[in-house]
Amino acid sequence: MAIEVNGKSYETDEEGYLVDLNEWNEDVAKILAEQENVNMTDQHWEVINFLREYYNEFQIAPAVRVLTKAIGKKLGAEKGNSQYLYELFPYGPAKQACKIAGLPKPTGCV
Amino acid sequence: MSEGQIKKFMYVNRKAPHGTIYALESLEVVLIAAAFDQDVSLAFLDDGVYQLKKGWNTKGIEVKSFQPTYRALDDYDINKLYVEKEALEARGLTEDDMCVPVEVLSRTEIGKLMETQDIVLSF
Amino acid sequence: MLHIVNKSPLDRNSLDTCLATAQGGSLLLIEDGVYAATNDNAAAGKLKQAMGQLKVYALKPDLEARGMADRVLDGVNLVDYGGFVDLVTEHATCQSWL
Repeated sequence: MAIEVNGKSYETDEEGYLVDLNEWNEDVAKILAEQENVNMTDQHWEVINFLREYYNEFQIAPAVRVLTKAIGKKLGAEKGNSQYLYELFPYGPAKQACKIAGLPKPTGCV
Repeated sequence: MSEGQIKKFMYVNRKAPHGTIYALESLEVVLIAAAFDQDVSLAFLDDGVYQLKKGWNTKGIEVKSFQPTYRALDDYDINKLYVEKEALEARGLTEDDMCVPVEVLSRTEIGKLMETQDIVLSF
Repeated sequence: MLHIVNKSPLDRNSLDTCLATAQGGSLLLIEDGVYAATNDNAAAGKLKQAMGQLKVYALKPDLEARGMADRVLDGVNLVDYGGFVDLVTEHATCQSWL
């Protein structure tokens, strides 16, 4: 599978995750978000950027519980809870946000 | 996650990091199982201590370095990492060579801890 | 001939058998075999001893991947993949102690 962004083709796996995370850019993220029916706001970008930083540092996409805790630590308690994250990414913050962030599916996520 | 009784899980790691898939498999199972909120500890024996030797540069062998992921274990509330003293000594390593905080224990002490576990997983 | 060892000396007996069998030539340590060529490893002594009759090489990318490139035993020659190929072509025969 592949998605088309600004005339360039980006390969995705059978579940729509970007194959090469180095190819990611904001335009790709916008298309991935569209496919997920997510309307990107500043709050969404904040989580996406956080996920990418987390991945760069630890080489894994964090589990939801870990993501929630880490976001709370960095962005404040009002954002570090699953309700906030599920409002932004209704189909699961780890799954949906990771996809938009160009990361692989979180380890242990089925 | 579950309301069940908390059990003591120990993951026993005895293999060097790149020559076999055991180290990476163990780490992935640990991260997955962390969702179940159990009492988890990791033991590194024999060549397993090499898994934590800091300073991997895997560019040359063209594989992804999973060393940074050991530093994420703390986020998963996994912070009981036991390293075998005799294994470090036989390999010219010290606690300072480890990429994450660990507790160095003798082989006998690790054996005693093993006896206190509900479940032991071998890698 | 060229002997190749790819197992850790403290996990398998590949290096022991190799050193006991080899009648001169070269020894190339690769993959987990490179641990034998690091300072204060329990196998370092026998490797040093073997240097009298074997020229010892270790694959540098494998040392780097394991964070061990800064503690290589004196007398061990480091090679890259190109050097690996050269060693294989320079020797008439090759035994991998798997």
